[in-house]
Amino acid sequence: MPRQLEGSVAVAETVAACRPDVICAYPISPQTHIVEGLSRIVKTGGLGSCEFLNVESEFGAMSACIGASATGARTYTATASQGLLFMAEALYNASGLGLPIVMTVANRAIGAPINIWNDHSDAMSQRDSGWIQLYAETNQEAADLHVQAFRLAEELSLPVMVCMDGFILTHAYERLEVPTAEQVAAYLPPFEPRQVLDPDEPMMIGAMVGPEAFTEVKYLMHAKQQMALAAIPQLADEFERDFGRRSGGLLRRYRCQDAHTVVLALGSVLGTIEDVIDDMRDEGVAIGAVGLKCFRPYPLDAVRTALAQAERVVVLEKAFAVGAGGIVGQNVRLALSGLRPRVHDVIAGLGGRPITKASLRRLFEQAVDDRLGRGMTFLDLDHDVVARELQRLEAR
Amino acid sequence: MAKQQIKFFQTGSFAVGGRLLDPEQRSVQSDARRSNTLTSGHRACQGCGEALGARYALDAAMRASGGRLIAANATGCLEVFSTPFPESSWQLPWIHSLFGNAPAVATGIAAALRAKGRDDVRVIGQGGDGGTVDIGMGCLSGMFERNDDVLYVCYDNEGYMNTGVQRSGATPPAARTATTQAVGEAPGNVFGQGKSAPLIAMAHEIPYVATATVADLRDLEAKVEYAMGLRGARYVHVLVTCPLGWGSASADTIKIARLACETGLFPVFEAEAGDVTAVTKIRRRLPVEAYLRPQKRFAHLFEPEERTDVIARIQARADRTIDRFGLLP
Repeated sequence: MPRQLEGSVAVAETVAACRPDVICAYPISPQTHIVEGLSRIVKTGGLGSCEFLNVESEFGAMSACIGASATGARTYTATASQGLLFMAEALYNASGLGLPIVMTVANRAIGAPINIWNDHSDAMSQRDSGWIQLYAETNQEAADLHVQAFRLAEELSLPVMVCMDGFILTHAYERLEVPTAEQVAAYLPPFEPRQVLDPDEPMMIGAMVGPEAFTEVKYLMHAKQQMALAAIPQLADEFERDFGRRSGGLLRRYRCQDAHTVVLALGSVLGTIEDVIDDMRDEGVAIGAVGLKCFRPYPLDAVRTALAQAERVVVLEKAFAVGAGGIVGQNVRLALSGLRPRVHDVIAGLGGRPITKASLRRLFEQAVDDRLGRGMTFLDLDHDVVARELQRLEAR
Repeated sequence: MAKQQIKFFQTGSFAVGGRLLDPEQRSVQSDARRSNTLTSGHRACQGCGEALGARYALDAAMRASGGRLIAANATGCLEVFSTPFPESSWQLPWIHSLFGNAPAVATGIAAALRAKGRDDVRVIGQGGDGGTVDIGMGCLSGMFERNDDVLYVCYDNEGYMNTGVQRSGATPPAARTATTQAVGEAPGNVFGQGKSAPLIAMAHEIPYVATATVADLRDLEAKVEYAMGLRGARYVHVLVTCPLGWGSASADTIKIARLACETGLFPVFEAEAGDVTAVTKIRRRLPVEAYLRPQKRFAHLFEPEERTDVIARIQARADRTIDRFGLLP
């Protein structure tokens, strides 16, 4: 039955329905409500013998997850922003060791300047860490993706990051269905680890690998991620069959039929984008949207197919590579290499700046009229402020 | 913990022998069923104190746990020399994750075992002094503070030996390392820095903290065995000679470690819940010079001229340690 719930609470209840054995928690906004919810569920006996560890840092959180997962425990943690960076070394270790840990990233900006609000700088900084990255558009999807994430992680023996926009989703109340333990039990079989530390069958995990085999290990990691490209849509289909709603998959097209202009984005901003597209479609503008649900592995063929017929693609992203350009934009160009569509990078919503319908409307009109520049565009940039500062710099 | 020190007259050391003893008093290593947890063929240097200490510690832990043991290892010499892919010297389930996270990985293993109701399986974490007292200190302190059911063993060779002998927070004053070179007006490592991980461990009031050296391996075995009889966070800090980093003869590994004790520079003691419960008394007190002189890392204290001023400062440290722990008989 649908309930009116905060996003974090929905995620906490869904994770609990997945019956984790070990949960590691370290506080950082805007992820805190999730682990707070789980701590309550564990402490009131709702998860049986599940261990809830209050650790000393995010590095400690991911490290404890590594130990627990290698010992055959279904393992979960959540973080954001600086916390994700602090565990970066351990992220690469978890993926290199092939440990199926599931982690929520409540997407938040990275300082300096310190900022607790939403953008995608944190997750994007770890896009090459070997973790699968799924992006939720709504709180319903955020909850559902966790169920799929455990299944995906354990089938492929790879760690999975579920990204949900900090505050915009984590702290928003929406009407949604929390997957029940019975539903999840039918969808998510008990965890059968590929490798496990056990005195009955001693094995070594984490050997020192030299130049003679390192490339092969990395190649196999890549191959395993590529397998996820087939598994993710299948798991979404199966989820839809079992739960009666669509969540996840590689990407979702919205009114792309005959669209000359297609806007591609990740996460919760898609809702606003789709509202603007509805208005413009009503006025006869051929515009549509593509929501990317999975950024790692990068669904190159699916993106290519979804965008090939457009004249122009506006990639709206909440992070960028300083000194270079858009991150998702570069990946989209890769998919469209040799094809017709022009790709525009638009950086928006940094550090929690609201992305309004009015701003998007102006932006899309510029794109449709071919008035968008070839370089990066910063949505709603205060040109006066930057011009003044640039003048000062030049005057020195 | 009262215990009778066993003297082996036939060898002049405290380390070997055993045929004159009752079976339960004998060294784990003299038992035909010893586990050889760290088996031969690894790539440690000749005379490596860490390899020796790890073998005794792990075999003792294996015997105490009936072979139901999982180890989490920090990056470092011990990890590198024992596990060059596709080889392994470990005869127990063993994981290496990172340099600074072995205590947290061990915590995770213990949590997983508890969640699965497998309280028969025990967990040991281990690393060198760099991985323990420096980069791993945050995770170690967290593990202590939560009283996680882990025995952590630090093999302290007083420097980053795996990366080429650099200074760590456990490097003693005046010692030459690659980053505290024997040049300038105050050659070697500076005075007034460094930390005692055992005292830090004690401040957490965990059930058991002990120090040991490779000069008394029977003592190391006994402490590990005792630690394995307890639950919660336990810490054993073992001084292990490093012939490469210390510039000592590989045949002198045991002797150098004994000199560290007999000069009073390294206190051997036990503590429970934050209080010292036992100390190993110095048998024949020696001046620190006896310990410093055979090690090339202290050569600049004797050549080109003898730095009596620096040696006196080191002697003062030893005197203070002897007083503080009551090391004289």
